[in-house]
Amino acid sequence: MTEFSYDIVIIGSGAGGGTVAAALSDMVRDGVRILVVEQGPRLADHEFTGREIEMADALYEDGGGFLTADGTMTLAFGRVYGGSTVVYTGTSLIAPERVIRAWDVPGLDHADIERRSRRYMEQNNVHYLDASEINENNRLFVEGCERAGYRAEQFPVNVKGCRGSSLCNLGCPNAAKQGTNRVQLPHAERNGVEVVTRAEALRVEDRAVVVRVHEKPAGAKGAPSEWAPGEYRISAGIVVVAAGAIGSPALLLRSRRDGGSAAAGLRAARLPRLGQGLTVHPAHILVAEHGRAITNDVGHPKSYYMDRAAEEGYVLETCMYFPFTTAKNLTGFGEPHSRLMRAFPRLQMILVLAIDRALPWNRVTVDARGKPVVHYTLDDVVIERLVRGTRASARIFFAAGALRVHAPSAEPQLIERDEAERLDERIHPRHFWPGKVSVSAAHLMGGCAMGRNAEDSVTDAWGRVHGVPWLYVADASLFPDALEINPYLTVMALADRVAEAVRRDAPAHLARARDQAGAGTTGSVRV
Amino acid sequence: MRSAFPGPFRSIAITVVPEAARLDEAGWTEVEAIIGRALDARPPVVRRQLGMLIRMIGLLALLRYGRRFASLDAARRTALLTRLQDARLLLLRRGVWGLRTLIFMGYYARPAAAAEIGYRADPRGWEARQ
Repeated sequence: MTEFSYDIVIIGSGAGGGTVAAALSDMVRDGVRILVVEQGPRLADHEFTGREIEMADALYEDGGGFLTADGTMTLAFGRVYGGSTVVYTGTSLIAPERVIRAWDVPGLDHADIERRSRRYMEQNNVHYLDASEINENNRLFVEGCERAGYRAEQFPVNVKGCRGSSLCNLGCPNAAKQGTNRVQLPHAERNGVEVVTRAEALRVEDRAVVVRVHEKPAGAKGAPSEWAPGEYRISAGIVVVAAGAIGSPALLLRSRRDGGSAAAGLRAARLPRLGQGLTVHPAHILVAEHGRAITNDVGHPKSYYMDRAAEEGYVLETCMYFPFTTAKNLTGFGEPHSRLMRAFPRLQMILVLAIDRALPWNRVTVDARGKPVVHYTLDDVVIERLVRGTRASARIFFAAGALRVHAPSAEPQLIERDEAERLDERIHPRHFWPGKVSVSAAHLMGGCAMGRNAEDSVTDAWGRVHGVPWLYVADASLFPDALEINPYLTVMALADRVAEAVRRDAPAHLARARDQAGAGTTGSVRV
Repeated sequence: MRSAFPGPFRSIAITVVPEAARLDEAGWTEVEAIIGRALDARPPVVRRQLGMLIRMIGLLALLRYGRRFASLDAARRTALLTRLQDARLLLLRRGVWGLRTLIFMGYYARPAAAAEIGYRADPRGWEARQ
């Protein structure tokens, strides 16, 4: 095993890791060596083709279809330079004040989150799209909301030079979306932060990380790793884990189980909440058919939303997906399914997201091979919220002029316009069969929650892991409960706080690490 | 040419996506290659489970109707798959969900199918529509 030494190692390069890397990058000038370890590849601009399966395989874990343990929900999360900021739609909302208050984390207040969020909105060019850039799929949502008595709001988005490809979730083919791959990571690298891609963090040891660098598979997209394939042990004064709400708890659980004496300090820490309290905003894709073709697969796909989280436990968002993703998310098969697919140019789509609560049994564990296993139960509360959101969506679709609506929690699923008065009866939890109905989630939160102490959480309000002073977490796994909106901007705000804590704590940690390692060993030294 | 999957696979695929009946051998090869690549990226147990489910569907057709799945008319094929999709046992429901999802992937991920349904997304966005 090759041994390297750095001062700070950041695991993950998404909204969390990328932000920490950029925020700390000026420390490189003072001789601090910083390394970002990313499991996915680094793609060149021309490799973003917008082709569905090709891009999903290149950018997502399990092609975007990571299954929960009981097989009733798929999770989508990025595994690429820039993490999930490469594959989201760039929607950038500041965390609701009531949510941060309800989190009740001592030392974390909304004003601080808002201040930091605004800084990243500026940095990543967040703004409202001009009315001329909004397609009919979105405009119909706004019109439908107005007529049905709901209030649609526009998403601010982080794009620059958007051409309206509609392919955001497959990685922008025009480099318009301002994720960490476009803003924070290049900035960090210009300042001297090193990034190693195709590097899987196997485990965290005491003040060290063991990684396996993979060879580029034949025919795969992306550059080869910056390092030669093989295993590396990288010692570090500070380790920041930002591998996402699935990856971070899994990595820490694996490290505590398999780390042996090399992870004695990490193993000694009492962390009973590690992996628990996962929330995901379980979601349905709903479609409705209009009598004429609309602009749906051109233009930014997610420009508006309707927030009923506080009142009814759901949020509706506009969306537009690709042929396979659409087919997968329609319930059933055969001729009725095919008929809807053939109506693609006439389809309007809405995404229903249920607000779920952090519950101890919804959690991340690891299997015998150390791979993450996500245990999540679609309980009655979540199903009821999905059903409520589906009913509201159907009202909006019909108010916008749709001829028929496909509702997963209806039997039969297709609801015709003349049934619009019977939506409460037609769309009902009794028709929601987990395992039959497609449920997916991309807002993955919790598992390394912030809080007061080890009894109720994994880290403090600054991402410091309880009882392990050199170890930090900086991603959506910090959320003590669902955020109730799209999470990436809040991840960046929290990561910015973690970077501040790292900077504050660094002199003591790095001095101690240098003392332990002996003079002159800091830096990327092959042993 | 033989299918890369057990006996009733293509009949099941046609039941799930009726348009698949119009596929020629090259089309089937493309569909099965897409599914094969997806399975190769997952643990071997997933491919084994898929094979077992397809064989079980073939066996159920024999038990219920006394005929091979491929010999059943479209209504009976649909009825059989619907019963499994609506089964009380979660394992069966998610099995059918997984099978249909793979078939949708194989069929709709092909550029020809995307064009057939009128999907026109283009990296050039609005410019491509002018």
